[in-house]
Amino acid sequence: MSRIWKLGNDIDTDIILPTEYLAFETVTEMKPYAFSPLRPELASSIQPGDMIVAGNNFGCGSSREQAPEVVKALGISCIVAKSFARIFFRNAINNGLLLIEQPDLYDEVNEGEEAEVIPGKEIIVNGKSYPIASLPDNLTEILEAGGLVKAMRKRNGLD
Amino acid sequence: MGHTLVEKIIGNKVGHEVKPGDIVTVDVDWCMIDDIMVPFAVQKFEEMGFKEVAKPDSVVLIYDHFLPATQVDDSRHFRAGDEFAEKYGITRVHRTDGICHQLMTEAGYVKPGDISFGTDSHTVTYGCVGAFATGIGYTEMAGILGTGQLWIKVPETIRIEIDGTLPGNVTSKDIILKIIGDLTAAGATYQAIEFAGSTVDAMSVASRMTMSNMSVEAGAKCGLFAPDEKTCDYCKIPYDDSIKALTPDGDASYSKILRYRAEDFVPVCACPSLVDNIKPVSDLKGTKVNQVFLGSCTNGRLEDLRAAATILKGKHVAPYVNMIVTPASRKIYREALADGTLEILSDAGAIITTPGCGLCCGRGGGILTDDEVVVATNNRNFLGRMGTSKVKIFLASPVTAAATAIAGEIVEG
Repeated sequence: MSRIWKLGNDIDTDIILPTEYLAFETVTEMKPYAFSPLRPELASSIQPGDMIVAGNNFGCGSSREQAPEVVKALGISCIVAKSFARIFFRNAINNGLLLIEQPDLYDEVNEGEEAEVIPGKEIIVNGKSYPIASLPDNLTEILEAGGLVKAMRKRNGLD
Repeated sequence: MGHTLVEKIIGNKVGHEVKPGDIVTVDVDWCMIDDIMVPFAVQKFEEMGFKEVAKPDSVVLIYDHFLPATQVDDSRHFRAGDEFAEKYGITRVHRTDGICHQLMTEAGYVKPGDISFGTDSHTVTYGCVGAFATGIGYTEMAGILGTGQLWIKVPETIRIEIDGTLPGNVTSKDIILKIIGDLTAAGATYQAIEFAGSTVDAMSVASRMTMSNMSVEAGAKCGLFAPDEKTCDYCKIPYDDSIKALTPDGDASYSKILRYRAEDFVPVCACPSLVDNIKPVSDLKGTKVNQVFLGSCTNGRLEDLRAAATILKGKHVAPYVNMIVTPASRKIYREALADGTLEILSDAGAIITTPGCGLCCGRGGGILTDDEVVVATNNRNFLGRMGTSKVKIFLASPVTAAATAIAGEIVEG
């Protein structure tokens, strides 16, 4: 089961990680500042295995890959949104962070509730099932490899 | 069934017809890596285990967000880029020349029909010359560095037709802001935008750049203009049959077609803190401002500086307003110096800064604090983009920005 953190529509990448923290050498240093313009307390409250539920256009804005990397580093197991911005979507998959589009969940669940996510099938909250689609095969391969770096290492005969 | 412009560009590259939804692997003509992302791309490239860069001549490194450096450790990024370039035979490294998205066409790299990827979302700017160009993350960039290729899904296309003559105080910035307001910030997600019509035909390439640049603010994958004679003059290439072929077919299929009359546009602002929160400037009259920023890859070109200078000539910015002017490139800076534009702006009380991203990314000079108001010509007004999350950022055209600087409150130019 995953605890839900609920965010709104158009959560942009400047909110997920402001520009002033992009040049830290490691994602570990960036972690405390995730979501700071909107909810400064959030980064320290998130526990590994928690999930984010959001509205439309999650991850809009810049191409900064530090955004999905920092969300993954916080231990977020998946993000369920009505829709995702294009670059964020690719960046998240390339970092092995599961994103799920679901049209109804956001309007019907509350922060702090628990959800069970069964990839490619459904999300269950308060006994109600919300159906979810499978990813295309080429994306599933990257996700299953653990991200694009690992997929490329395999291609280059390293792992 | 005919093809849209993006379908033609991608189809030409892969050597067969494509349709929306097809997933294809393309050879990449240009890779642009900016200074923020250089160390991360290098790290991922090395983790992936590549021994060489597939096409070093296709790679352009541009230092723009962090120059001149404002924080300890920023210069680490330049060193990482220089070492990577030296090690793998990359010769195209720009430092202090200007903003990446200005340079990629201005310096003669991206041409009509090319496919480009960059580690910055405003890579869509190169659509102004009829090139497919879009932003990606540093991990995908590392993959392209090693393989020379990337997979893409062929997008559907939204066609936007604008016909007629614009009012004198309306620029292409007002047009694209209005369109983003109509489409919403997610309205073009996963899709290409294709701009057309007599208003667009009459525009300079610089004005088109502003619209391609902000396509991503509606979520678009690219924002394209079919190349014409003006494009070819700008790119210093002949206007031949291969260029003329990069025109959408009359029977192409679109997900949506929006039509506008140029005469209906008015000066607008994107109000805090969403790019699609669009209001007419006339509705904002009386909003006092602390700062005006004229610059960025959206509106830091010579025609933008000249438009502001025309309004500011012989006048002075309000006594409580900081006006910051940041030319988009060294070339623009020198042209504006040579023709007297910078002198007019300086006489009017503006600060002229070094070419680069400047205040747009919240790294350069001009950071603001709680409850301050800035009118800016760049492309994003997100929370915390130019200082604290209580700074109010209004996005506007250079004309509106200049008039606002004089009045000390938001007004039409």
